[in-house]
Amino acid sequence: MSSLTEKDRPIVQLLLNTGTCPRCILRFCCVGSQALYRRPYKDLMKDLKEFLKNNQEKEDRVCFDVVDPPCKRIRLEHTEEGPDDLNHNGALQQIPSVNDENTAVENSAVNICSVCLGILQEFCEADFVKKVCQKVNSADYQFTSFVFSVSLPPQLSVRERAAWLLVKQEMGKLGLSLAKDDIVQLKEAYKWIIHPQLSEELGAPADGKVLFEVSVVFAHPETEEECHFLATACPDCFKPAKNKQSVFTRMAVIKALEKIKEEDFLKHFPCPPSSPKNLCVALEIQCNNGAVFVAGRYNKYSRNLPQTPWIIDGERKLESSVEELISEHLMAEFQADSFNFSSSGREDVDVRTLGNGRPFAIELVNPRRIRFTAEEMKGLQQTINNSSDKIQVRDLQLVTREAIGRMKEGEEEKTKTYSALIWTDKAIQKEDIAFLDDIKELKLDQKTPLRVLHRRPLAVRCRIIHTMKSEYIDEHHFRLHLKTQAGTYIKEFVHGDFGRTKPNIGSLLNRTADILELDVESVDVDWPPTL
Amino acid sequence: MAAAPGGAERYFTRWYKPGTRRARGGRGRGSGGHGFSQLQRNNYISFCRICVITLAEAHPLLQSGKTIKSINYQISANCSRLQNKVSGKSKRGAQFLTELAPLCRISSSDGEEYTIYSCIRGRLIEVNENILSNPAILQEKPSTEGYIAVVLPKFEESKSITQGLLTQKEYEEVLLKRLNSSS
Repeated sequence: MSSLTEKDRPIVQLLLNTGTCPRCILRFCCVGSQALYRRPYKDLMKDLKEFLKNNQEKEDRVCFDVVDPPCKRIRLEHTEEGPDDLNHNGALQQIPSVNDENTAVENSAVNICSVCLGILQEFCEADFVKKVCQKVNSADYQFTSFVFSVSLPPQLSVRERAAWLLVKQEMGKLGLSLAKDDIVQLKEAYKWIIHPQLSEELGAPADGKVLFEVSVVFAHPETEEECHFLATACPDCFKPAKNKQSVFTRMAVIKALEKIKEEDFLKHFPCPPSSPKNLCVALEIQCNNGAVFVAGRYNKYSRNLPQTPWIIDGERKLESSVEELISEHLMAEFQADSFNFSSSGREDVDVRTLGNGRPFAIELVNPRRIRFTAEEMKGLQQTINNSSDKIQVRDLQLVTREAIGRMKEGEEEKTKTYSALIWTDKAIQKEDIAFLDDIKELKLDQKTPLRVLHRRPLAVRCRIIHTMKSEYIDEHHFRLHLKTQAGTYIKEFVHGDFGRTKPNIGSLLNRTADILELDVESVDVDWPPTL
Repeated sequence: MAAAPGGAERYFTRWYKPGTRRARGGRGRGSGGHGFSQLQRNNYISFCRICVITLAEAHPLLQSGKTIKSINYQISANCSRLQNKVSGKSKRGAQFLTELAPLCRISSSDGEEYTIYSCIRGRLIEVNENILSNPAILQEKPSTEGYIAVVLPKFEESKSITQGLLTQKEYEEVLLKRLNSSS
């Protein structure tokens, strides 16, 4: 073992004696060579013992846990060992040596590492890798690279601390020091070992930056209560749990370990840590893909369609919605778990959206498929448009999360144009409405309309009508085209909302006015890019 | 095209609270019947809950010959409806009204004073300050620009609000009866 030197010998001996696995031993000796960790388990074990043997004159024997091994003999045939090593518990067996006098080794040597609880042992083996990859492949995601994330049980941090204190003490005797940060982190070593294997099996590289995540949660029920002493020692680190989840989260445990004094720790926790009987269990293996965003513009031709589903007391009041008509097909194509629909402003149920349409964006959560060509997107657009005459979409495209900001910008800042069909109680002639065309930058004070007052705060909004153009129809009707600031309530500008929008068409014409029809003619946002 | 009942009020359903007649003679303080409207968005079947309090057509103040001298939202030494301040979606800080809570007192130039009551329970959202600067609109457009106040009943009570109130039809029948009995 080229990376281990003389000064490591006592540590290796000590850790081996206390039931620490070879890879953890390497970690505590600050060995940074990734290749070493990847060597097969048995080879590592063999080499470590070799390393120790070279100085065996000084030592009596290397003692493993409870088994009486003939430690001086080195096993020669490692090739016989393979997956059969693993008994049904998954515990690595200590195969008795050829010359073992103590044949009654019926107890499978409790060889589970007292520091990593098997993470750097069993869970680095091909079987586990296969299990993970099976899960990934059956989930049927489209991906080019992956992130592998691992959640370790909090007890590991406690045991790591105990091991460090043990080693620190031993090194102290030799006048040496060992900083916590010099030790190779368990998770890091684990990834060194497992990433190449996963990459090989999945046919894709591991990449910390991508959005497709394969995550494994490990637990070790046997030692779950080991952390509990920290609650008495550092009570303020452990807040009461929100759900029925344990208070002893990894973060809380780590925080407490930082606070607790060495003496207190040693009082409550065995050092060296005890040898476990069981391995960790992999509770969950899950896949998750980062969200993708699809943007476009929609036209609405129905006067009976809400933007989002209209459900009161569990009862749907109006059939369908803009959101559902668009996202239904996207959900099917992208095979996502769920979606979030947002748009640059919105219109009432009875208002049409004409012209170029209104920009919208849909976030597709955890999609299975993420790669679509421009052609495929066009096809998708056609499918949506063929499926309904109430809405139509255009400029359908994939966009980034950042691009959504452009859309919301539009909501606050950009102008909109409308066409309103207006009724008046008293008769009008062409001349009576002509003056409206000359009014520019008309300032309105709009109190929160009564029709939304039950769910919005009471406030006064100052909004501007930039221009107007009237079209006389008959003595009681005319059409008005308006260009307004974003956020202007058009209906209230026409009927006055009990005088709470001033000025209003009624006050301008000195009549009672009402709005019979409203259309959005344009939403003046130049996003998403026109295709 | 026939003239549709137009304007903001077409979103509303009217409910009425008839007033009690005081004994004639003497200068009493009449509390004329007045109605109020409750918003129900007939087009969309949703229940919007907001109520606008207005004077009913038969209210003495709306009969010809009456001129309004003053409108006062200070209903007691400690309470002015003008000081009502609400904040947030839930309208925190609103003065809470019971059916008999006075909203304002209106004096006419012939010396009569009328107290306008809430008639429904709920949070006072706003009173109409436009009628302070322009009392005429109270008489010209009592059902719209001349409204008295906006009230938001509690969610749990929003359906029971109309108990004890009359529909427009029922109100008209009551008026008819009174007319016939007095002639």
